Amino acid sequence: MMDVAHYMGVPLGLCMAPLLLGIINRTKAFFAGRNGSPLFQAYYDIWKLLRKDAVYSRTTTWIFRSAPVVGLGSVMIAMILVPVAGSSLFAFTGDLIFFAYCLGLMRFATVIAALDTGSSFEGMGASREVHFSTLAEPALLLGLAALAKLSGSFSLTGMFGGLSGSDWLASGPAIALIAFAVFVVFLAENARIPVDDPNTHLELTMIHEVMILDYSGPDLGIVLYAAALKLWVLGALIVNILICAADLSGFSGLIVFAGGMFILAVLVGIVESIMARLSLLKVPQLLVGAGAMSVLALILVMRFTS
Amino acid sequence: MNLLTDSILVLLILASFLLLSSSRLSNCIKTVALQGMMVGVLPLAANDSLTCRVTAIALVIAGMKGIVFPYMLFRTLRESTTIKELKPYVGYTASMFAGVVSLVASFWLDSRLHLPVAASSRLVVPVAFSMMLTGIFLIVGRRTAVNQVIGYLVMENGIYTFGLAIVRDVPLLVELGVLMDMFMAVFVMGIAIYRINREFDHIDSDQLNTLKG
Amino acid sequence: MNLLLSAFIIFVGGSFLSLGLVKYPRVLRVVGPGSVVIGSVLGIQPVLSSLILGTCDFLQMPWQIPMGSMSIGIDPLSAIFAIAILFVSPLAAVFGAGYLKSFEDTHDLGKSWFFFNLLVASMLLVVLARNALLFLIAWEVMSLASFFLVVFEHERDSVRRAGWIYFIATHIGTAFLLVMFLLLGRHAGSLEFSTFFNCGLSSHLVSVVFVFAVIGFGTKAGFMPFHVWLPEAHPAAPSHVSALMSGVMIKTGIYGLLRTLTFLGCPPAWWGWTIIIIGVVSGICGVLFALAQHDIKRLLAYHSVENIGIIALGLGVGLLGVSHGNAVVAFLGFAGGLLHVVNHAVFKSLLFLGAGSVLHSAGTREIDHLGGLIKKMPLTATAFLIGSAAICGLPPLNGFVSEFFIYVGAFEGMSRDGLSSGAAIGGILAITALALIGGLAVACFTKAFGIVFLGEPRSKHCEHAHESCMSMRIPMVLLSLACVAMGLWGFFAFGVMSNVTSVLTSGLTFDPATCGLITPYQDVLLSVTLFALALIVVIGSLIFLRSWLMSGRIQQSAVTWDCGYLAPNSRMQYTASSFAQPITKFFRTFLQTKRYVSPPEGFFPKTASFSSETDDFYGEQVYKPTFNALESWLSRFRQIQHGQLNLYIMYIIIALVVLFVWKLR
Repeated sequence: MMDVAHYMGVPLGLCMAPLLLGIINRTKAFFAGRNGSPLFQAYYDIWKLLRKDAVYSRTTTWIFRSAPVVGLGSVMIAMILVPVAGSSLFAFTGDLIFFAYCLGLMRFATVIAALDTGSSFEGMGASREVHFSTLAEPALLLGLAALAKLSGSFSLTGMFGGLSGSDWLASGPAIALIAFAVFVVFLAENARIPVDDPNTHLELTMIHEVMILDYSGPDLGIVLYAAALKLWVLGALIVNILICAADLSGFSGLIVFAGGMFILAVLVGIVESIMARLSLLKVPQLLVGAGAMSVLALILVMRFTS
Repeated sequence: MNLLTDSILVLLILASFLLLSSSRLSNCIKTVALQGMMVGVLPLAANDSLTCRVTAIALVIAGMKGIVFPYMLFRTLRESTTIKELKPYVGYTASMFAGVVSLVASFWLDSRLHLPVAASSRLVVPVAFSMMLTGIFLIVGRRTAVNQVIGYLVMENGIYTFGLAIVRDVPLLVELGVLMDMFMAVFVMGIAIYRINREFDHIDSDQLNTLKG
Repeated sequence: MNLLLSAFIIFVGGSFLSLGLVKYPRVLRVVGPGSVVIGSVLGIQPVLSSLILGTCDFLQMPWQIPMGSMSIGIDPLSAIFAIAILFVSPLAAVFGAGYLKSFEDTHDLGKSWFFFNLLVASMLLVVLARNALLFLIAWEVMSLASFFLVVFEHERDSVRRAGWIYFIATHIGTAFLLVMFLLLGRHAGSLEFSTFFNCGLSSHLVSVVFVFAVIGFGTKAGFMPFHVWLPEAHPAAPSHVSALMSGVMIKTGIYGLLRTLTFLGCPPAWWGWTIIIIGVVSGICGVLFALAQHDIKRLLAYHSVENIGIIALGLGVGLLGVSHGNAVVAFLGFAGGLLHVVNHAVFKSLLFLGAGSVLHSAGTREIDHLGGLIKKMPLTATAFLIGSAAICGLPPLNGFVSEFFIYVGAFEGMSRDGLSSGAAIGGILAITALALIGGLAVACFTKAFGIVFLGEPRSKHCEHAHESCMSMRIPMVLLSLACVAMGLWGFFAFGVMSNVTSVLTSGLTFDPATCGLITPYQDVLLSVTLFALALIVVIGSLIFLRSWLMSGRIQQSAVTWDCGYLAPNSRMQYTASSFAQPITKFFRTFLQTKRYVSPPEGFFPKTASFSSETDDFYGEQVYKPTFNALESWLSRFRQIQHGQLNLYIMYIIIALVVLFVWKLR
């Protein structure tokens, strides 16, 4: 039984990632007093798009066509490294660097694909994306470094496996800070409110959406699916931090993990319902704040473990 | 490790960060009120044996720092026309960087400084240092008089926290004396700000230098 | 050793031969680069064997010059730099053969090839020399040869100015080296490197030697306060020369620093700190200044500063590891830094060659005038893309492997001790800096690649653009392949790197390579290699899947979505300046970008303009005032300069007489 659960992490993510979008949207609809779209709407969308024909801009080249699959491939590899319920398929010292740089590869591909269209709107989105991710990256890596220091292991699996309920008692504030910092990075990287509004209809104000403006058909489907997977892998980090108190493994672990992802999605929905989007000039401040929290957490951890 | 004390101390630092990064003066006052209140109840969390006297003093201090001072600042703010710090000398993101640097510096300072008595938490002294530095930074780096008073309050919070680390039992007289000073300071500044505002229609302390002959 | 010597002789021979062949451009076109290629092919075998087997070889011949001797030797430390020289030089030479064709009528190519061959020969000699005098001579020849290569287009004012800045900078650096070697030599009693180790310098003098080495070698390498010549000289030089200088020559500075460190015994912690801080400053400021540039070669030059910063971070982490007696940290830091030396040599020369190819066909280096070149120059674009991804440290390419080493080393340094320990803070600094640099590098290279090669052409410069000739394409293809291959060789790099680091720690009490603590990291690197492979396989199969999915679908073409605007034109695209603007504005305190705006006025504005310029902070704020003050002070001595020959002869005679009298006194 243990073994099967061990291999379930990646398939679970591949299957359930689009569901997160559905849960977020349902939560938002609930707050707005609407019925909202079906929970499985993202699956329908992706399936519909995969069967459609495609329209390409005359300006675009093979860069534009291959970027979605490069993004999907790198986020899938990143997914292998993220533990689900305490175990991942593979783990090695320093895999969190590989994880972060896989997401970097995905971003690189998306950004140059946006520039490939020659549209100034997409250039604008690309420019904002690289600006914000520049600030998000140190926050994420420092937060993870703090966790690594706390658990004494430099792989994602070892990090989350090394945490236990007693760590929460000993250095709870630090772990809470890390979770918060990673949550901010999670919102920023996945283009959610308060950094970016996935539902906005004005090209000038978009970040992520505007970069994929020219995609259509199967390519758009792949882009949507890759974005859902990215939401899943970064969310999995937060859930792993928060459920490490309960030392779970096997199927019960899987269930608790899935429950955690559900709660996270609801939380994102709540944040999106009750918060306004920040002005673009304020976003760097938020990300630097997240970085400051990571630094604080790191200092606290070093204080406690020395 | 006392989880409660540590959490309060971490929240104190976060409040300092918030002060460094927000431009709206009313938010700043609310934050400093919260910070003052937390500093006030800190002895309750840190002390193992609560006596009536300690509790009473802690509550009084929390009330002063958390309610009375902010109330006075709010009154001043209402009467002036300023609601936002418009052009600080140091930008908000840069201020945040400065906050992080001062935090690291205070932890380093603490590791170099061997205080004779063990504090209740290993975080108390560095947090106190960082609050003092933040307070000084706010006084130096902001233009409006209200923010300078806030910086003063943050610095006082730091000094109080530091005193807490050195002396386990709050010495009543000393603390009351400090508090009295503070009260007077805020009082005087409040009046001064009010006057300045009435005379010049703004509370931008940078422009006070136009007064000199 | 004999093969290496013969390679050296071929380089020198080739250089003099090409000087003689000025009259026969067709022959010269073959001989000039040909000697570089043949020499490199000859030399590569002994270098590889030293690198892989860890063998050392030494050869000494007597020499007429006092204190000098022809001592040359090879060990893995020399070999890792020599491999970069012998791999990049021939490719740059082959590229140059095509690149210089258009200059055949206007310039003297014989001299160009003379200095090119001489540069390669002297670089090889620098890493092989085992005698300070020989080293300094090779060093000086290298500096002069590269100076003459930089001023190839000497008819342009900007080029001459850049040449001067380079000339002065490199000689100030050499002055420090001279003093440093004299200090070492005086205490060792000989200028042989082998006598330098633990030659009884007091601890103060050791520190002086270290500081002088950092300044002297740092000037060549481009450490941040001493980097001012890089952004001037690299754009001025022909592209194949920039590739060689930026890819390989500046690394001799790193080599010199490391070789000096092997003389000095166990380093105190502050050395590590110094190098880490230099790394942080060079890395972050380098990439920030790169982001603000509009000139593609200037941008790449600043990126060399950034990558030297990354190398310095690795070395600094390694030094901290050594001084704290932590073998794992020492190994990972040094290995990461040195691996990055080779990796940077590959991708930076690739990028410079790509930029050269663009310059050659479009005729401008201004990023904002280019655009859409991927359609006209598909191969150059692909090569540049691979180089860009590699320099950003993205897997599965080679930049990732070396940055991975440094990250893991920094983490190991951080995890071992508490906050009071220096290694911990050094580790945190390195991780923060690397993360920030990584993000900024992505911003910078998406800009460089995206604006130059993608979108629509922004000016008529691009209309005549065409793919470059075969001899320019082949080097780019080979370097791209090397980027991919070296991304996968992390596992094999492990053994090589343990050979190299054991040279660095040979004088110390512990040897990371043999103490067994580092063996777990072999598996780690195997995993990195496997995952890089997996990444390639997954992306490959997804591409296959997509093409299967798309088969039989209708694929229409349309214009890019333009929000319903009716007459879009290519000038409306985002430019490099606008792409980088949010970041340059965020970091304006450091960059101090100057903006010249004349906004549109009235209802039907005829003219409006915007331009921005980011000068080098140190160049403008530090060096310019210093040199101006120096000049005004020295101008007093103009009084004794009359320009009359007989007066000068009189000066000489007076000087001689004074010396004579002083000696006889």
